[in-house]
Amino acid sequence: MLKTFIIGILLGFAAAAGALYAYPAVDQHREASIVSVAPNGGNIESFHVNIPMDRVMVGAPGRKQSVPPGMQWPTDEELSGIRMELFKVRNTRDIVVGVASRTSASDADVIDWVLHLPARGSLYATMQSQASEGGMRRGGITAGSREFAPLKGFMTERWVADTSGEEGAPSGRIELSANYIGEYIPEDEDGLE
Amino acid sequence: MKYLLVLAAGVLFGVTLFVAAMIYNPFMAERRLSPISVTDAEVMSLTYVNVPSESIIFTNDGESRQQPHPAKVLQLWEAPIRLTSMMTSVMRDARGRTAGIGVKFSSRSERTRLLNGEALVDSTWYIHLPGRGSLFIEQSENYWPFFREVAFPAWRSSGNNWKGTWLGDMSAGPGALGTARVTGGSGTLRGLATQGVESLSARAYSAEKGLVAAEGRLLIELPSIVADDTSQ
Repeated sequence: MLKTFIIGILLGFAAAAGALYAYPAVDQHREASIVSVAPNGGNIESFHVNIPMDRVMVGAPGRKQSVPPGMQWPTDEELSGIRMELFKVRNTRDIVVGVASRTSASDADVIDWVLHLPARGSLYATMQSQASEGGMRRGGITAGSREFAPLKGFMTERWVADTSGEEGAPSGRIELSANYIGEYIPEDEDGLE
Repeated sequence: MKYLLVLAAGVLFGVTLFVAAMIYNPFMAERRLSPISVTDAEVMSLTYVNVPSESIIFTNDGESRQQPHPAKVLQLWEAPIRLTSMMTSVMRDARGRTAGIGVKFSSRSERTRLLNGEALVDSTWYIHLPGRGSLFIEQSENYWPFFREVAFPAWRSSGNNWKGTWLGDMSAGPGALGTARVTGGSGTLRGLATQGVESLSARAYSAEKGLVAAEGRLLIELPSIVADDTSQ
């Protein structure tokens, strides 16, 4: 009887350890990346934000209606030149794949985007505040994490108003296009031998 | 039949023993001394209130322990972002003055290995400091020591809460010494590439509501050129 109990203990110990080893504690849902090859090198990935349904927060001083309702935006004078927005981000199939922040600051005269795609990593782009002709802004990819860490390139932002006139349609969308350029790794001639 | 019941009881006892060994094993994920705290370089300190109900906004899937704030904020219920949370908070300097605003994105990490004492969260900070510029901070955080020393005792207590003083470094990479990677994006911080450490100071925790009283701190090592610029 005692032997059976001890065998049970060992089995339980081993089963718990085995289960923790074999089964992932976290399994992030992945949507397939939709990436196309740019004509002049690099890869292009497009995202968009439907306005207003994907807007999580609009933080700016002096707004009469806060988004989300009930939010208290700080009134500190130091933060008076900052406007921060948080969004859900969709891929070209209109599926939510991540979240993002867009920050404009009058003191630095820049617009910063951070895209956070949970299964892949984060991307940080700094854009010029002045839009070019056609309403497009462009800026460099300054940093990235995990999958995006070795990538450089640029990102563009463009507002596209909705003209469909359909009921329940968004008022427009912010289109983001990330152009990734990987780091060039010279071929190791010694490695070919 | 009798032997089967004894075997089942043994298996149950074995599983319990394994869980207890993981939680009370002193060699698993002990709290380390922050490498930033022994650096000779100048350090920037930023603090924030790490309690969702006291942040500007906090949102997640709406079904987690920490409830979204304010109540009507859009929740992250879609499958790819269900294990993610977002928090916006005022950042304060070492003297408690408003220094800027930050947003933190946190997602549970697939690199989590509980067997190794690693309950990892991949997090990204974006911080804008008026007059200085912006920072992007990427890191993995290990919540295992916090779980073991705060959350588990709270769950075990009859009142389902924990009170005390707990201070620990959460950053666990990607830097070789378990530091976060910090990149400057604009202003005087543009071009900055350095390291940082995020720590958590908890004073009260509820097993039902999560953190009740806690403060987070980011320590960022500043190379001499940036330190000279930001001190002016």
